[in-house]
Amino acid sequence: MVWPILASAGARDAPCRDVSDLAIRLRGVVKRFGPITAVDGLDLDLPAGTCVGLLGPNGAGKSTTMRMLTAQAIADEGSIEVLGLTLPSDSKVARAECGVVPQLDNLDITLTVEQNLRVFARLYRVPRGERSAAIDRAIGIANLGDRRDTKVDQLSGGMRRRLLIARALVHRPRLLLLDEPTVGLDPQVRQELWALIDNLRSEGVSILMSTHYIEEAQRLADTVVIMSHGQKVAEGPPAALVAEHAGSEAVEVYGPPARLAEVEAAAIERGQRTRRTGTSVSILGLNGGEVPDGERRPANLEDVFVLLTGEEVA
Amino acid sequence: MAAEAVSTGAPRRRRLGRLERSAIEGVLAREIINFSSFWRATTFSSIVQPAIYLIAFGFGFGSLVSTVGGLDYVQFVGTGTVATAVLFSSAFPAMFGTFVKYKFQRTYDAILAAPVDTEELVTAESLWIAARAGVFGTMPLLVAIVFGLDPSWGMLIVPFIGFLAGFGWAAFGILTAAVLRSIDDFSYVTSTVLTPLFLVAGTFFPLSGLPQWVHYASNANPLFHTVELVHHAAFGFKIVDLGHMAFLVGFGIVMWRLAIRYMARRLVD
Repeated sequence: MVWPILASAGARDAPCRDVSDLAIRLRGVVKRFGPITAVDGLDLDLPAGTCVGLLGPNGAGKSTTMRMLTAQAIADEGSIEVLGLTLPSDSKVARAECGVVPQLDNLDITLTVEQNLRVFARLYRVPRGERSAAIDRAIGIANLGDRRDTKVDQLSGGMRRRLLIARALVHRPRLLLLDEPTVGLDPQVRQELWALIDNLRSEGVSILMSTHYIEEAQRLADTVVIMSHGQKVAEGPPAALVAEHAGSEAVEVYGPPARLAEVEAAAIERGQRTRRTGTSVSILGLNGGEVPDGERRPANLEDVFVLLTGEEVA
Repeated sequence: MAAEAVSTGAPRRRRLGRLERSAIEGVLAREIINFSSFWRATTFSSIVQPAIYLIAFGFGFGSLVSTVGGLDYVQFVGTGTVATAVLFSSAFPAMFGTFVKYKFQRTYDAILAAPVDTEELVTAESLWIAARAGVFGTMPLLVAIVFGLDPSWGMLIVPFIGFLAGFGWAAFGILTAAVLRSIDDFSYVTSTVLTPLFLVAGTFFPLSGLPQWVHYASNANPLFHTVELVHHAAFGFKIVDLGHMAFLVGFGIVMWRLAIRYMARRLVD
């Protein structure tokens, strides 16, 4: 017998701000999965109209944090407010005003670009009379005007990502949650998306973005929150974080492993901070101290990240 | 004044209720748009399959047994396979479709990020599959009419019976997909639950020839109640049909609530 199968930002000092100006407010949020604590006492503020970047390696708790903001994960402890609404009880109202771009593509691949947007215009309750205009606008944002009737499985990776973002914008959300928006894309497509995201922020959309690309955080985020093992280890505007933790300049010394170990030991003795980067040692926090010969370069967010988390970024 | 203009909009304290119409319609809209791309194949098989049953059993068995309980064998099988068609067009799409949508395509992740709760999602999916089962479940009857079954007014209620039974089976399928870890495990359910229920429902042979305990056990089989209801819809209702109907309503409600509970565990961390 055949059984038929149908497969079918900017502000760090949040306490002095009015709470209603915060698009997101987390206090002491803890989320455990069995013995693993994915998010461990996280405080997070996202001032309305800014872009906050959650920066951290895989497993730092970024995606779990994102899922808690749509009540797809429920916090074990602490309080979460999204657009002034308390989660999880008022999550549904909050979700109606949020756009979510997931890390993993979940478009309906057998549907066309337009059909995907039409479905989400319904799910996000765009009134009947405004749906067609909303879909046209989203297609414009995704720059997919000539692909309107193309099925998703025929689109390139970059186009699918643009559609995924457009889908999140079809109902004009006030808050956009972007989970690793450019992961796995080639550099040119990534830059295109950066322009798109930057544009949204300039239109006043509040954005929370998780990323493990340093450059992405540096370019787009007003405030960067560095996460490691479910905790916030630093927070501030990218430039301020660099100045505070890594100084203005770094010296990078190349050489054989024995030489690198020597340089490292000497720097630590002088009270400087170091970081291994494959074939070289970077010496940070120079503060005018003595340094060995090497290549001078501006300190960057990656230096801060490695210093604070002890982890290399993918 | 400027401060007012900058105000990011006072939070609106409108609490959204449970089982909202707009959320259910949104999920249904997704299914309907998707269905527009594969309805031909589904409709084709829903007509061809009962036709094959009727030819195989009707002319095969029919040459050995001419009447069953006073009915022509073709009439007996033609009405009985409605229950089979309902099962095939509800439990299986629900099991496989749900698993694919939540695990492989992550469709449910996207839907739950929108203002839709698990309860609404499961309800909408069950309603949609039930509606399809109501339509496709009626196909064997139409095919049987072509093969010589006399139409009767009572048959007009068959799509409703298909919808009712289909709703329970759809929720059963969603529940199965929520409970099992792997799509391969579905064959356990198919072989130990669905196949026995399917064979011992009075579809292809009457239960009267079977031991007494099978009669008692069959009262717990939703397919048996469906078969009885359809037989009676075609050949005359009896008072006992209220009991059959009540069983299917109960089956639907229990499966529906269980599907919501287990699906929520799967979808919300």
